[in-house]
Amino acid sequence: MNVLIFLIPVSLGLGALGLGAFMWTLRHGQYDDPEGNGARILRQDYDDAPPDDPT
Amino acid sequence: MSLSEAPSGMACPGCIAASASLSRAGKPAGPATHEVQLALPSVHCAGCISAVERGLLALPGISEARVNLTLKRVRIKHDGQQTVESLTAALGGLGYEALPLDMVALSGTASDAAGRDLLMRLGVAGFAMMNIMLLSVAVWSGAADATRDVFHLISGAIALPTVAFSGQPFFRNAWTALRSGRLAMDVPISLAILLATGLSLWETLHSGEHAYFDAAVMLTFFLLAGRYLDHRTRAVARSAAQELAALEVPRAIRLGADGEEIVDVSSLHLGDTVLLKPGGRVPVDGLILSGESEIDRSLLTGESLPVVVGPKAMLSAGEVNLTGPLLVEVTAAGKDTSLARMADLVAIAEEARSHYTSLADRAARAYAPAVHVFALAAFVTWMWLTGGDVRVAINIAAAVLIITCPCALGLAVPAVVTAASGRLFRRGVLIKSGTALERLAKVDTVVFDKTGTLTVGAPDLVDPMRHGAAALGVASALATGSGHPLAKALAIGGRSFAKDLPEPTVSNIREVPGYGIEGQLGATPVKLGRLTWVAPEFLGKEFFALSETATWLRIGEQDPLPYTFSDALRPGAKALIQQLIDQGVHVHLLSGDTAAAVSDTAERTGIVTWQADVDPMQKAAFVRSLKAEGRHVLMVGDGLNDTAALTEADVSISPASALDAARVASDIVLMGKDLMAVSETLRIARKSTRRIQENFALAALYNVVAIPLAFMGLVTPLLAALAMSLSSITVTLNALRLR
Repeated sequence: MNVLIFLIPVSLGLGALGLGAFMWTLRHGQYDDPEGNGARILRQDYDDAPPDDPT
Repeated sequence: MSLSEAPSGMACPGCIAASASLSRAGKPAGPATHEVQLALPSVHCAGCISAVERGLLALPGISEARVNLTLKRVRIKHDGQQTVESLTAALGGLGYEALPLDMVALSGTASDAAGRDLLMRLGVAGFAMMNIMLLSVAVWSGAADATRDVFHLISGAIALPTVAFSGQPFFRNAWTALRSGRLAMDVPISLAILLATGLSLWETLHSGEHAYFDAAVMLTFFLLAGRYLDHRTRAVARSAAQELAALEVPRAIRLGADGEEIVDVSSLHLGDTVLLKPGGRVPVDGLILSGESEIDRSLLTGESLPVVVGPKAMLSAGEVNLTGPLLVEVTAAGKDTSLARMADLVAIAEEARSHYTSLADRAARAYAPAVHVFALAAFVTWMWLTGGDVRVAINIAAAVLIITCPCALGLAVPAVVTAASGRLFRRGVLIKSGTALERLAKVDTVVFDKTGTLTVGAPDLVDPMRHGAAALGVASALATGSGHPLAKALAIGGRSFAKDLPEPTVSNIREVPGYGIEGQLGATPVKLGRLTWVAPEFLGKEFFALSETATWLRIGEQDPLPYTFSDALRPGAKALIQQLIDQGVHVHLLSGDTAAAVSDTAERTGIVTWQADVDPMQKAAFVRSLKAEGRHVLMVGDGLNDTAALTEADVSISPASALDAARVASDIVLMGKDLMAVSETLRIARKSTRRIQENFALAALYNVVAIPLAFMGLVTPLLAALAMSLSSITVTLNALRLR
């Protein structure tokens, strides 16, 4: 059972990491336009190189 | 970019054409100091996004353009070189209708702070739930003694802050409800969450066997999910409705000391002089100083024919100037205009509207006290059975509270309403009110307005070839370029019927506001317009007295030729009425227009009961009398003269072209032109109400099974978690069945 001493913090850490990632995406407005994000993967505008300024 | 490179995922040929006409450009832009948002009702695919964004970035001075497909909007940052007008024009050139939005009205919803807040709480509860569940599974599969206690402790360490953070919306609502002496659904919810957490903490510290941390957090999670769905449905509809409100944002041309300037209507003052160009909406109440024109009052009064006006005539905000430029002295602006006052009246009537109790409210009203009674009964019973063992009694009372707590009930309505509004939003139907679908499901009588609702509000040329192609050619050549609705209809008719013939060259075309258009066909003078002006000598002769709407063409000194018009029906109008009658729904037509025009429309759509020359108060009274007969009335209308009736009706629909006040008064707004959307809305409303009832039945069934078990003390945390997630998932799946 000693392995739990590592496993529990690891699992909690992973959970915290996921929560942190979620908060980051939320703060950066990544849920503002779900339909647009779905459509954007289909266009071929920036297939070769990313845009100069983030649009 | 060439056509061959066009993204294969694009759905429409229009988008391919639009993006093909563009080239990639990256002009340097100054610092972005200005931000503009435009509504783009027609964007719908990846190709549209590309076309709009690249088309805008190719313009000078634009540093960022981002399309939001969900809200059908584009946000543009530029350095001040561009104006709203130039951007709208550029997008128009790309084939996208763009409408400026009122940034002040938008700033409230743009960030949707409340939605983000809920989502954050939901996210935290979700992550906490998963982690606690991980530990709980270990306990359920047999972890004992010290291991179990440690697992419970860790669960508690996660659950306490989570509940404190994520449960706040419920605690706050419950507290407000309690302070005002009411018993809202949030009271048992808060009690269940707090009791479950507190009890588990106590059990954990005393090495107890059962801890309900997972149940407490899961309850929070599912209920927050319901709240969030509810919020999002409303936010989407609200922002779309606000977008419409913002469409009327209005600019006016003011004549100042230093010439013409374009200003916001809100900055106009009494006594200012404004110039009204043909085709524009009158932004203020005013007195005409000079100029002659015709005014379209259809939105205000329902009259389908324009009215001639000249100096000293009064104009009301909301009318449309058709043919000539007018100089107008402002007599009332902004909040004081007759239009705004009417909208205020509607707002007051809205508040007085008999309050409709939604299914969810009725369920909660029955449920909330029952939950408390059950929990208390469990506590008392077990105190008596165990001879005063508080720990056991509280444990069982908490289990009852957790089990009865309306996870499924919290999701039952939002899940269905979200599914239904999502479907309808895609069909171009905006549901503004949360209970609109329920009220719509009961409708058995529909009252229609005519002008602008059943009809497009624009005339349609009857029998274009009645005088031969040559005459039609001359008439349409004269009519082209005029803003008058009859002239527009003639021009369209001429283009579609006489397109094979060479267009006659008519020169020196001049529009005489209020009378007609004249020109020269070679050496022959030609005139198109009112009989009184085209050929006054024929006035009063029998043949020339027509009851229909007509305009007259005279070539040289020949007898004038009439072209008659009827009000074109909106697409789907006939099919909709037919369908409603087949379903046994009573259909009425009320209009402020003349009897001839109304009977014509009634005949063409198949409506039997109609009334003409009805004023706004009579419309409202008619709806009221129907309601007094016990009927559930749906009112469909678009004009200012309909607003009172729209407010009076049980539920109301208006098209997007309707006046602001009418849209504010309605529960549902149709974005598209096709009226068949009304029938689709009715169908979905009936279905969704059935789903809501099914969901309540499911939730009740689950309680019938679970409450006795909880009462007997047989519910373990495992069973509670299972029951809770099962019922929530069944209810959500049932909502998704909505087709």
